[in-house]
Amino acid sequence: MAEATLPLEPGADAAEMPIRGRLRHRIAGSTFSRVAKYAIAKVVVLFVTVVVGVYLTILIANMGGYVDNIRRGQIQEEVAQVIMNNRELQQMPLAERNQRIQAMVQIRERQLGLDKPFFVRSLRFLSDALTLSLGRAENMTSDTGSKQVRLIILERLPSTLLLFATANLLNFFLSIFAALSLSRRYGSPIDRLVIALAPTSAAPAWFYGLFLILLFASVLGILPFGGMVDPLPPASPLAYALNLLKHMILPVAAITLSAFFLNVYGWRTFFLIYSSEDYVEMAKAQGLNSRTIERRYILRPTLPTIITNFALTLITLWTGAIILETIFNWPGLGRLFFRAIGSYDTPVIVGSTVIYAYLLAITVFLLDFIYALVDPRVKVGDEGRKA
Amino acid sequence: MKTLREILRYPSAVAGLAIIAALVGLSIYTVLTLPYSEAIRLWRGGEETWHENPKNAQPAWANWFTKNKLPETIILNSQDSSATKNVKAVSAALADVTISFAFDYSYDAFPQELAIYFTAVYSEQQPLVSLSWLTPDGREIRIGDFSIKQAETYRASQDSRLTRRLKGQPTMQGLFADPAADTPVALKGRYELRIVGSLFEKDADLDAKFVLHGQVHGLAGTDHRRRDLTVALLWGTPIALAFGLLAAFGSTITTMVIAAIGVWFGRWVDGIIQRITEVHLILPVLPILIMIGTFYSRSIWLILGVVIILNIFGAQIKTYRAVFLQVKDAPYIEAARAYGAGNWRIILLYLAPRVVPMLVPQLVVLIPSFVFLEASLAVLGLGDPVLPTWGKAINDAYTNGALFQKQYYWVLEPSVLLVLTGLAFAMVGFFLDRISNPRLRGL
Repeated sequence: MAEATLPLEPGADAAEMPIRGRLRHRIAGSTFSRVAKYAIAKVVVLFVTVVVGVYLTILIANMGGYVDNIRRGQIQEEVAQVIMNNRELQQMPLAERNQRIQAMVQIRERQLGLDKPFFVRSLRFLSDALTLSLGRAENMTSDTGSKQVRLIILERLPSTLLLFATANLLNFFLSIFAALSLSRRYGSPIDRLVIALAPTSAAPAWFYGLFLILLFASVLGILPFGGMVDPLPPASPLAYALNLLKHMILPVAAITLSAFFLNVYGWRTFFLIYSSEDYVEMAKAQGLNSRTIERRYILRPTLPTIITNFALTLITLWTGAIILETIFNWPGLGRLFFRAIGSYDTPVIVGSTVIYAYLLAITVFLLDFIYALVDPRVKVGDEGRKA
Repeated sequence: MKTLREILRYPSAVAGLAIIAALVGLSIYTVLTLPYSEAIRLWRGGEETWHENPKNAQPAWANWFTKNKLPETIILNSQDSSATKNVKAVSAALADVTISFAFDYSYDAFPQELAIYFTAVYSEQQPLVSLSWLTPDGREIRIGDFSIKQAETYRASQDSRLTRRLKGQPTMQGLFADPAADTPVALKGRYELRIVGSLFEKDADLDAKFVLHGQVHGLAGTDHRRRDLTVALLWGTPIALAFGLLAAFGSTITTMVIAAIGVWFGRWVDGIIQRITEVHLILPVLPILIMIGTFYSRSIWLILGVVIILNIFGAQIKTYRAVFLQVKDAPYIEAARAYGAGNWRIILLYLAPRVVPMLVPQLVVLIPSFVFLEASLAVLGLGDPVLPTWGKAINDAYTNGALFQKQYYWVLEPSVLLVLTGLAFAMVGFFLDRISNPRLRGL
């Protein structure tokens, strides 16, 4: 949303960019151990980051005591269960029974630490959230009928991952390919068209989704309005996959439209800047063919920055998923979140937010990891160049 | 002057500036001609305010694109000159009132609904009315006879006796169709609805307002609650611009100052700011906004505040930091220290302004993302409960199945305005980025 949407800023990295082949050779031997060390350090740092992020989320969620209410509701339900199953209790006189219920609720509240001061309680919520014990939903259930928030959320995760992994991988490779070929054709009509189209990425994916639905589902009637498969999905695996694919066209197109032109524009500009560096001229003078030059002398040094930029796009898209999935009726995490808002299901809302924090952290981690793979200069403890 | 000449070299920047100017003009026009309270009344007033509008009507200009002309709403009132009203005293207490609503109908499609709003003055005995319908080809259809309370609404399509009298046809088709045609087509010409009322008291009186709901309405059409969409479209403009500008300004300027503070004080201050930036990267901003919208308040100003706070530690801090680190040891800063300038003076007056050329394009490019953020929240049903905005119009359209029912105007109108706003700021921002970033010049 509010992340940088400008073309890449060839700032601090530019000065130290030219990598000599010799230098790279010396470091390449230890790529594996370097990346492993880097990854471990990064996991530790990110874990701390996730903890802080989730803690902040909980603080925000509990500002009005909402998480406490989730707990109280849970306790009430548990106690009601006990009473339901206990004949002895049911036959007691009302006053005595209420006393017993009160006592039971109090014991449970103490067990869960609801009588403790807020700081102690919040740490408890934190550990629960981090281990994904997210409580029970108020009225939503998973497809298998469970009320466990964790199960409800995990059930939705694969469809979200499927959609977003497909769209983003497609987007990434298409953009790089297009940007490279445009930088070769600098100044051509296509190049100018892409520059002109770059501002269209100001609109988020759901917005394009709305237009695509209008055009392809409503006016032309050739693609489905939404959903993941038909209401009665075909039985054979192949037909099922094709059906799924058909439903994926519009959301994937929406995601691509919202990021593609800006990425291409930014990256093309970046490639162009780097293709006028001295070492590229040198390579040209040596008579290397243009593909080798592109791969080794232009793409390689720019890749880390491109990946950083892509990470920002990706994070923007993740949170945009909520509306995109709602618009396309895609049964993923975002749609779940939307339904949870609709039915005011607090445990699910808080749980989903926590899951989003995790997803973002995993994205950042993966991209950092890839970053370390492609940028030989990254060392453990090397600050200031991370995504 | 130089900038101006440069702008003219980029047609997209000129177009962007023109659109922004138009949007600002529209906002000023809106605020001046449709005061806030009036807009809220029109948007949230209730059935009273918008009963004269048709439901889900397309904008009037839809007629330009089809050969099949859709009817506009016709309103006639016995209290003004648009209808004729005759009172004839029969005796001291008894009187007959004849109200005649005559109008020309020259459209190809049928209207949506025929409603008559009666108002009667009496103390005990209710007036009696009988309604009849005269078609251009000379037929007379009896609609019904009934007694009238002080305020009474008659809706033709809810009258089951009339439906029976029209042999089960849809009411509007029964009243307006050409009986000679094979397929139902509207008969053009002069129609008349005649009300003959009997008053039974000395000072009794009867008036009626005739509303024939068309299928098109005004500049923008209406929604499922008969509200005129122009209200949402007009008022959405100043709101979207204000939200986008304030959020972009607020977050960019604070980001700039915080980055400068971090670099200037260095050590742990810088460390903390850096760590917060990393935490910020994994904070699920939209879900947090949604939580706040669901649990606390949907007020647009609260959301604005939270958006600014959540964006202070954005990725920009790192870019600014890189610049500040270079500037920190510049001679002019040392000169400032030499004359005894305090930390804050240096940060605010000497350090922070150094990134302004970088910051301005970023700020402009950020505006549309905030405009769309507000629309996104509204689409999720978390729009401000009072204000009419573009996002809320889209949300209404989406939840009421406008895409399925092919009511495209309802989705397209607010969307086009959103796109124009987004594109305009993005185009200007790209241009500013190019002229302020020498490496992008000519690329």
